[in-house]
Amino acid sequence: MSGRIDELLHEPLVVVNLGVKRFADNLEAQEVEVVQVDWVPPAGGDQEMMELLEQLL
Amino acid sequence: MSSGFVIRENQYYDSVFLMGVNKRLSQMQGVQQTAALMGSERNKQLLAQIGVRGAAIDAAQPNDLIVAAIADTSQTVDALLASLDQALQAIEKSTPASTLHTLEEGLAEKPHANLALISVPGEYATREAMKALESGLNVFLFSSNVPLEQELHLKRFAAERGLLVMGPDCGTSLIGGVGIGFANAVRRGTIGAIGPSGTGLQEFTCQVHHAGLGISHAIGAGSHDLSDEIGGLTTLAALDALEADPQTEVIALVAKPPGAATLRRLTARLRTCAKPVVGCFLGARLDSVKGKASITWARTIDEAALAAVRQSGAKGAPPSRSSPQTAFGVRRQEASPPTIQLTEQERALASQTRSMWAAEQRHLRGVFAGGTFVYQSQQILHEAGLVVHSNAPLDPRFRLDHPDRSQAHTIVDMGDDDYTLGKPHPMIDGATRRERILAESHDPSLAILLLDFILGYNASMDPVGELLDAIVEARQAATRRGGALTVVASICGTEGDPQDLNLQATMLREAGAIVFRSNALAALFCCELLKPV
Repeated sequence: MSGRIDELLHEPLVVVNLGVKRFADNLEAQEVEVVQVDWVPPAGGDQEMMELLEQLL
Repeated sequence: MSSGFVIRENQYYDSVFLMGVNKRLSQMQGVQQTAALMGSERNKQLLAQIGVRGAAIDAAQPNDLIVAAIADTSQTVDALLASLDQALQAIEKSTPASTLHTLEEGLAEKPHANLALISVPGEYATREAMKALESGLNVFLFSSNVPLEQELHLKRFAAERGLLVMGPDCGTSLIGGVGIGFANAVRRGTIGAIGPSGTGLQEFTCQVHHAGLGISHAIGAGSHDLSDEIGGLTTLAALDALEADPQTEVIALVAKPPGAATLRRLTARLRTCAKPVVGCFLGARLDSVKGKASITWARTIDEAALAAVRQSGAKGAPPSRSSPQTAFGVRRQEASPPTIQLTEQERALASQTRSMWAAEQRHLRGVFAGGTFVYQSQQILHEAGLVVHSNAPLDPRFRLDHPDRSQAHTIVDMGDDDYTLGKPHPMIDGATRRERILAESHDPSLAILLLDFILGYNASMDPVGELLDAIVEARQAATRRGGALTVVASICGTEGDPQDLNLQATMLREAGAIVFRSNALAALFCCELLKPV
């Protein structure tokens, strides 16, 4: 089995929650280490601008 | 009728937050409909569908908030839109904002993270999931509306890197005892599970729990994983992982039938699996899969759970039939293959119940939150020779002409896109189910109301309470017509779930419902109610 999947199944979960905060709250309630990211659409949500930015970065 | 809208530029909120805002606004007197949405193209189309249009809406961007209202008078619309800040502040107060706004910022905070849980709108999901994979994270992708070619790309990339992508459109996983997304508080144990359907995994894991054993890991694969376009990439990766996992003794696969090519690929892999495998492809004819590999095939989720419990060596000594855990629900039989049956008392109850129906009462109406339960119930009723119509039909010949209009025996999936675009899923909020139950209550042919209730993390905290007055009203309406409505309910949940399982069951019973601890048993009971006399 791959190391990263093995780690997921056998080591404590550490989660980056991107989006709906309720998911992070419920993980916290299960004593899981989690960081909440209040995600916003990049570059004002403009797909074209986003792709351009990605090429530049 | 009057309508109006306001736009707040650069004010982004997640969908669950907006559901809270929408619910608060919609409670104002005189309001017909409200919508609180971000300005994506998809959402703008939804607004146009309810008749809310304008140049400012056309120009809105995906990170602009649009709140629209339709009400009896223009004064109500104005008052509602003026109260928006109050509603936003009230919800914000209960959910303090994070200062982090990107995956990179989250990773800087938790550089040792091993999982990204992603629930951003579908059009951005691939980009964020790819960034997570590139950073070496496994991914749980709750987001839906991700194109299949993007899903395939993500899963191939993950396979190359030895990472797992659960999803897109993944509702449920249980990893090392932790429920991710919609999951139940299930005992840890020796049975591993894989499935593309969230409610299918929830029901399976709950049935294993009720039988006295537990789950090592339950891995959600995403609703399209077993399509031939995707080829079961996550399912196969999960199989490898569970086969190698020392804690897992048995592996169960619970799904709708895979695509033909994927089924061939999957059975070839299962043939070489070093651990016992239980397969349950709901809706598939068992003779189409029997004889393929050394697998125990089950017809229903309950039977898959029983087979897995038996295969695991029953180290946890499943309780006897008379123990409290099996008082209503799981039956364990020693004969192979395992089957579920109604008890004599339940058969007698069915006979007594239907004797109270008026002459015109003859139809079953299922109003469901869980898509897998819609599928499984149809299968069980079809096997009993009953024709059931649905907006998510097992047999395409029996698709409803219109999802809002039931025909003869009908089971409607209220979690389908027909009912969830721009509205909360019925597992989170029972409003659309409540409306449908009330609509069904006017039909004199209604004899059986079949319902599912799904408990667990992230689900509604009071799913029964949300529907209770509608259930009572439907029963009273039938009584006023000189008959009696039979309400049959199943609860998917455990005593450890955040909702109180026993209280939810008690509330249903006090409202006159007959309650089962599995959807399959509730459907079997309906077969008994409807069998020719």
